[in-house]
Amino acid sequence: MSVAVEKIGLYPRFRRLALPRTLISGAIIIGVSLLIAFFPALFAPYDPIAFDYKALLKGPTLAHPFGTDSFGRDVLSRVIHAYTIDMQIAVFATVGPFIFGTIVGAYVGYAGGLAEAIFGRVVDAVITFPFLVLVIAIVSVLGPGLGNMYVAVGIVGWVFYARLVAAEVKVQKRLDYADAGRVMGYTPMRIVFRHLLPNAITPAIVYWMTDMALAILLGSSLGYLGLGAQPPAAEWGVQIADGKNFMSTAWWISVFPGIAIVITGLGFSLLGDGLAQLMRVRR
Amino acid sequence: MSAGIGTGLGLTVRGLTTLFDTPRGMALAVADVDLDVGPGEMVGLVGESGSGKSVTLRSIMGLIQTPGHVTGKVEWGGRDLVAMPAEELRRIRGSEIAMIFQEPMTALNPVLPVGLQLEENLVAHTRLNARERRARALELMNIVGIPAAERRLNEYPHQFSGGMRQRAMIAIALACSPKLLLADEPTTALDVTIQDQILKLLLDLRDRLAMSVVLVTHDLGVIAGTCDRMAVMYAGRIVEMGTVIDVFRQPRHPYTRGLLGSVPRAGAVRTMLSSIEGTPPGLTDLPAGCAFHPRCSFATDICRQERPPLQSLGADRKVACFHHDRVAAAEAIL
Amino acid sequence: MSAVPIISVDGVSKQFGVSYSLMRRLAGEPPLAVHALNNVSFEVHRGETLGIVGESGCGKSTLARCLVRLLDPDGGAIRFEGRDISTLRSAERRAFNKRVQMIFQDPYGSLNPRMTVSQVLNEALSVHRMRPKRDIPARIIELLDLVRLPHDAASRHPHEFSGGQRQRIGIARALAVEPDVIVADELVSALDVSVQAQVINLLLRLQEELHLTLIFVAHDLRLVRHISHRVAVMYLGQIMEIGPSEGVFASPRHPYSKALLDAAPELDPTHRSRVVAARGELPSPLNVPPGCPFASRCPHVFDRCRVERPALTKRAPAHSAACHLVDFGAMPSALADAV
Repeated sequence: MSVAVEKIGLYPRFRRLALPRTLISGAIIIGVSLLIAFFPALFAPYDPIAFDYKALLKGPTLAHPFGTDSFGRDVLSRVIHAYTIDMQIAVFATVGPFIFGTIVGAYVGYAGGLAEAIFGRVVDAVITFPFLVLVIAIVSVLGPGLGNMYVAVGIVGWVFYARLVAAEVKVQKRLDYADAGRVMGYTPMRIVFRHLLPNAITPAIVYWMTDMALAILLGSSLGYLGLGAQPPAAEWGVQIADGKNFMSTAWWISVFPGIAIVITGLGFSLLGDGLAQLMRVRR
Repeated sequence: MSAGIGTGLGLTVRGLTTLFDTPRGMALAVADVDLDVGPGEMVGLVGESGSGKSVTLRSIMGLIQTPGHVTGKVEWGGRDLVAMPAEELRRIRGSEIAMIFQEPMTALNPVLPVGLQLEENLVAHTRLNARERRARALELMNIVGIPAAERRLNEYPHQFSGGMRQRAMIAIALACSPKLLLADEPTTALDVTIQDQILKLLLDLRDRLAMSVVLVTHDLGVIAGTCDRMAVMYAGRIVEMGTVIDVFRQPRHPYTRGLLGSVPRAGAVRTMLSSIEGTPPGLTDLPAGCAFHPRCSFATDICRQERPPLQSLGADRKVACFHHDRVAAAEAIL
Repeated sequence: MSAVPIISVDGVSKQFGVSYSLMRRLAGEPPLAVHALNNVSFEVHRGETLGIVGESGCGKSTLARCLVRLLDPDGGAIRFEGRDISTLRSAERRAFNKRVQMIFQDPYGSLNPRMTVSQVLNEALSVHRMRPKRDIPARIIELLDLVRLPHDAASRHPHEFSGGQRQRIGIARALAVEPDVIVADELVSALDVSVQAQVINLLLRLQEELHLTLIFVAHDLRLVRHISHRVAVMYLGQIMEIGPSEGVFASPRHPYSKALLDAAPELDPTHRSRVVAARGELPSPLNVPPGCPFASRCPHVFDRCRVERPALTKRAPAHSAACHLVDFGAMPSALADAV
């Protein structure tokens, strides 16, 4: 008997050490991004908001690898300093919705009935409006700025997490192990949070990673529209907006922040895929 | 049983081996299987999950796809099915050799009426015209005992109960009067009274249509109730073979003996069953020597070092065990 | 066997609604419902094994779930030591479940895939405060020994075990709270034959050692016959026959029990029959005929069966059947007495 168990046990144990390649590459990109976000001054060669009227709209050179903008600010330094704001947007705009949405979703999925019916209508109401339009409307009411943007995204964003978690909890609660928990005399609280949620949360975590990338895009869009981070702060969206009048003559002002957005977004997506693989349940 | 060899009658399998290339290494799903099925004979293939019984059936039918690889000989009517070109094999499948599966709901196409699926087979393998096909379809529905055949031909698989679905699948299999029916756990998903009906239907059809049948099952009771001869498989190999009467009366392989002892029987209420310890081995890391030795109470040193060959004991009996005499002499298990 | 039953089931019914289609609403027809249980009554005595056998759709799993209160019956009452279990609220209900446990059919679905065996057992032991905290590791080892799993199983996840071993984990979890009654729903039907026998042997041994009361629900008549003191045969939500194991299987008093027995494949190739044990198929549970539910398939059916539902009446001491043919399957001598 024990011989058989050991044989069965060996292989998965071994495999656990092998991390998915997507996870490793995603983690490296995001890790470096966070490092830059926390210590931008270590990486940036210039002050991001210092004007230099002697070097206006200069293309990439050795002194300014990403060139300079219309105020003579170093684009590379601005892209680097923007990490601080944009990574902050990625986390702050999503962590609240993730936690709140997960809790609501777990409750709705487990309770069903009236709670589910009410939640269904909320979902309908939210998904009828395009996300961006809704957020812009809320920000317009509250006034521009990052803080109000977080509030606006939070009011809408939790619904998507709740929907994912509710659907998954609904599947999990029909499985025998949930019934086994009930028969063991465990409280509903314990069944939901100790048993169902760990098995139901994977899609929400994966979506969270994608959502961080989306949040950066959203932050940049709002920045571009002048509703998010305010100039002269270095933020990728603000930078792209700065460069929009010079696209034909000074493409570097907009393109390099754009590339930063793509790379960071890619990092989050890879991290999400990798986490999904890592957390896949073996049965 | 030598019937069939070279005469073009029956099925002759020699050295059938099926390998699967898995991420964990080569899995030997079927190893060196020899099997003869005479005309009109019903042969049972019994074993637990992973024993290779279903893969054997699929290998005979040529249904193994990459990463699987089949070698050996499957002789049918003087031709080798393994070496045969795909086109020729396709003509034999469904006409001379037919197959039925465990789960008719997945084996039948859910979006086509049953009648259409039945006629499809006739279109593929016969020259009947539409009216003749309809008549043949009705006849087949009657043969397999589906009442109100006219109406049911136009219904979809989900409108059939489990038992009726299995009957419909048998009707499709019988469409071109096959000479060999391969049945892969045809009654496992059914209730016991329905299983009883289907098994008796298969026996009747075998007699009426003079078909040979290979019946794969995990239930020794099913074998006892239907088959003429049987082969017991363990870890991809046949470990014992013989007539059903002989094998049940005196099993000569410890695994067969253990299986028989594992099934509860009348008149021994609340006694310990003579179970087999442990679980079947994984196909990628089979034990050295006899694959059964870690679970075997008869095992000695030789079993750990050498794999026992499948040796003939008399006309119709084969066993792969060094200690078959001791097993046969052991206290009766039934 | 004491005289006072540990569990008594009294006229229990359970229906499951089917979505009320617009067509039926417009036609003014009543909503459809599946009658999963229909006026089921029986008693379970302390220390015995009651087998409940029947084919799919007979309501045996619904009954098992009602017994542990995973489902609440629509009518009738289930009493545990005289108390109606539907009246139990939160803490009382959890205390009831501590004493009446269930083991599930699916060895893959009934364990939380993210918890190790020791986490599973630790949770059961600590939630119900079965042992002081420092004694829990030792108790986990004891439980593993009890179900014959190796000690190193404790740190493993369910996916590292075979089906039979997972069922042992499920049994260990149920035993952790030291229950009086265990309801086993199709405990071994997903397992290979040789592994089935191991688990059945384990169950027999545990019952002896721990004086458990066992309700063994299964479709495999051979298994039920092997393990049970008494057997209830169910069909379409009703008990057709209930009695001592030997009685029911040696001389079934209901045509359905006999058909089930005849259809069960036996390990004797010398006794073969070509006669079908029961013709036809299960009627739709949405549309149960008014008379005897087995009437459409019964070889002994007569007019009364189609209009009047037979009640479960006594045939012998502790042996009842629900059939209008009171003498069906009776011993010749009894038959002579009756005549």
